[in-house]
Amino acid sequence: MTNIIEVKNLKKSYHDGKTDTVALAGVTFDVRKGEFMAIMGPSGSGKSTLLHLLGLLDEPTSGHYRFNGKDISAYSRDELADIRNREIGFVFQAFNLLPRTPVVENVKLPLYYSGLPEAEWHARAEKAVNDVGLGHRMYHEPAELSGGEKQRVAIARALVTDPDIIFADEPTGNLDSKSGKNVMSIIQHLNEEHGKTIVLITHETSTAEHSERIIRLIDGRIESDEKVKHRLSAEDEFVK
Amino acid sequence: MTYRHIFQTALRGLATNRSRSFLTILGIVIGITAIMLVVSLGAGAQDLILGQVQGLGTNTIAVIPGREPTGPSDVTALFSDSLKEKDLVALRNKANVPYLKNIMPTLFGAGSSSYGSNTYQVTIFGATELIAEIFDLHTSSGQFFENSDVLSRSNVAVIGSKVVEHLFENDNPIGQNIKVKGRNLRVVGVLPPSGGGSLFNFDSMIIIPYTTAQYYILGQKYFSRIIMQSTTDAKVAVTAEDIKLALRDSHGITDPSKDDFTVQTQQDLANRLGTITSALTWFLVAVASIALFVGGVGIMNIMLVAVTERTREIGLRKALGATDRDILSQFLLESVLLTAIGGIIGIILGTLLAFGISIGLSKGLGVNWQFVFPWMGAALGFGVSAFIGLVFGGYPASQASKKSPIEALRYE
Repeated sequence: MTNIIEVKNLKKSYHDGKTDTVALAGVTFDVRKGEFMAIMGPSGSGKSTLLHLLGLLDEPTSGHYRFNGKDISAYSRDELADIRNREIGFVFQAFNLLPRTPVVENVKLPLYYSGLPEAEWHARAEKAVNDVGLGHRMYHEPAELSGGEKQRVAIARALVTDPDIIFADEPTGNLDSKSGKNVMSIIQHLNEEHGKTIVLITHETSTAEHSERIIRLIDGRIESDEKVKHRLSAEDEFVK
Repeated sequence: MTYRHIFQTALRGLATNRSRSFLTILGIVIGITAIMLVVSLGAGAQDLILGQVQGLGTNTIAVIPGREPTGPSDVTALFSDSLKEKDLVALRNKANVPYLKNIMPTLFGAGSSSYGSNTYQVTIFGATELIAEIFDLHTSSGQFFENSDVLSRSNVAVIGSKVVEHLFENDNPIGQNIKVKGRNLRVVGVLPPSGGGSLFNFDSMIIIPYTTAQYYILGQKYFSRIIMQSTTDAKVAVTAEDIKLALRDSHGITDPSKDDFTVQTQQDLANRLGTITSALTWFLVAVASIALFVGGVGIMNIMLVAVTERTREIGLRKALGATDRDILSQFLLESVLLTAIGGIIGIILGTLLAFGISIGLSKGLGVNWQFVFPWMGAALGFGVSAFIGLVFGGYPASQASKKSPIEALRYE
């Protein structure tokens, strides 16, 4: 299996006035294509910073990062935007849906920047909405949806360009446990049935245990990198 | 991202904040409305004035005593008694002014008139029988005095409608004697009301033979104006030149800069009035432009607030693949759309107001005020408002495009 992510000694520090804050003190790991990985750690451990670097939303201070076979340091801002659009899907803790905009339009948003033929847009968006089980909410506005439904819209939006990898930043952080499980079952389904690579950040062990592998960060360093022995599946939860 | 999609996105952005969008463009709406109103009314006023000036006959030429002052020390040149009887002789000479059709010396003065116990302050206008032809005047009763009355310094008068009203009330004035500056004048004709908007208002005038005015009423031998007409419009310029030469000869002037008279054609007058109304219009446009500028600053302020408020949206769009350019275009277009919409509303409002006012002026003042749609003002207003959107939206849009996706997403 090829690696979709290869990270070597990745560092990130922030200048804040006079002081330098080290967010990431040098991490090294690979992620296989099709892998489902969770990054855990207390707040301030650098897990969000790592996800931003992996998702090409931010640039590392030093270190090497190959994404999908590309050395990203050689790419311009616009080229990175294009990679984000075509190869990466994002799911955020706060959903980040456009207010007063129907579900299907929210899901279409990445297509605007994709260069895909417009004739395909609507069908793609509808399919993505149906895939997350929200066909009956197609023309509702975000304010009319529950938290779990909002996050499913966000997942549909992440899927609409058919990316190779989905980065999820605390996807269940704003949800009650039932909606959270529902969202996790969809993410797991994407991994198992559609072969999407998943990298998710969480501080909840129950969420992390849906994954195959957990990297634990403390103070910007990898403390442990282990396979999950007793993997949860959302269906198991419902059975119990 | 294609232009159509940028356009759609911008439009949706505005639609989601409808009431704020409306308040934002209010300044632009007011500014453009004011400009449209001023330009339209200015053009209407100009048409009205020029129409009246030209109504006098485009072949009319006036000679005014004194030259136009060339500086503050030259003011005395305005008041002069340079036009005399001998000038009439010189001008009437076909050898001097071959294309002269009519010539009429005039004198103006003010004085009080009375009939019985009624008195009224009037303008005394000494002229010849040609006044009827030159000013296109018709009596409502009676008739104008004749050339023989001019030659014999007859004590006759044609009086304006206001004079009739004040002196005679319900009596018939024809054949009655009125007293003007202590002299009895017989009323031979009465003029109808000339209407409020007329440039030359004969309503409170008493028109008498200029000879009578010279010898008995005003006691001045020189003329206030000599009004002439050339045979055709095409001969106006050449006749004006001939008049100058004849008068210089008659006055013994060799240096044209020492002229003690001014020759004015209707075209000169029309041009001058046109210049004045345009200058006034553009001054008012400049004042109204301040409203536009303030509106522009308002746009910038609101756009900056919007950019801050929508930081998260900007971050999201960038995370999903929007380039800096996409974001810049989106916000720039939002602001240009806002101001352009404001411009269009302003053009419509300004036009409606100007139309209403032109109707009001026509009805209220009884003048023939034409509504003018200022194409230039509309084009300018639209262009300027879109330009304001570009200029004042540019800075906020560039701020938006520079936001890093993670800074933007992190923003709470």
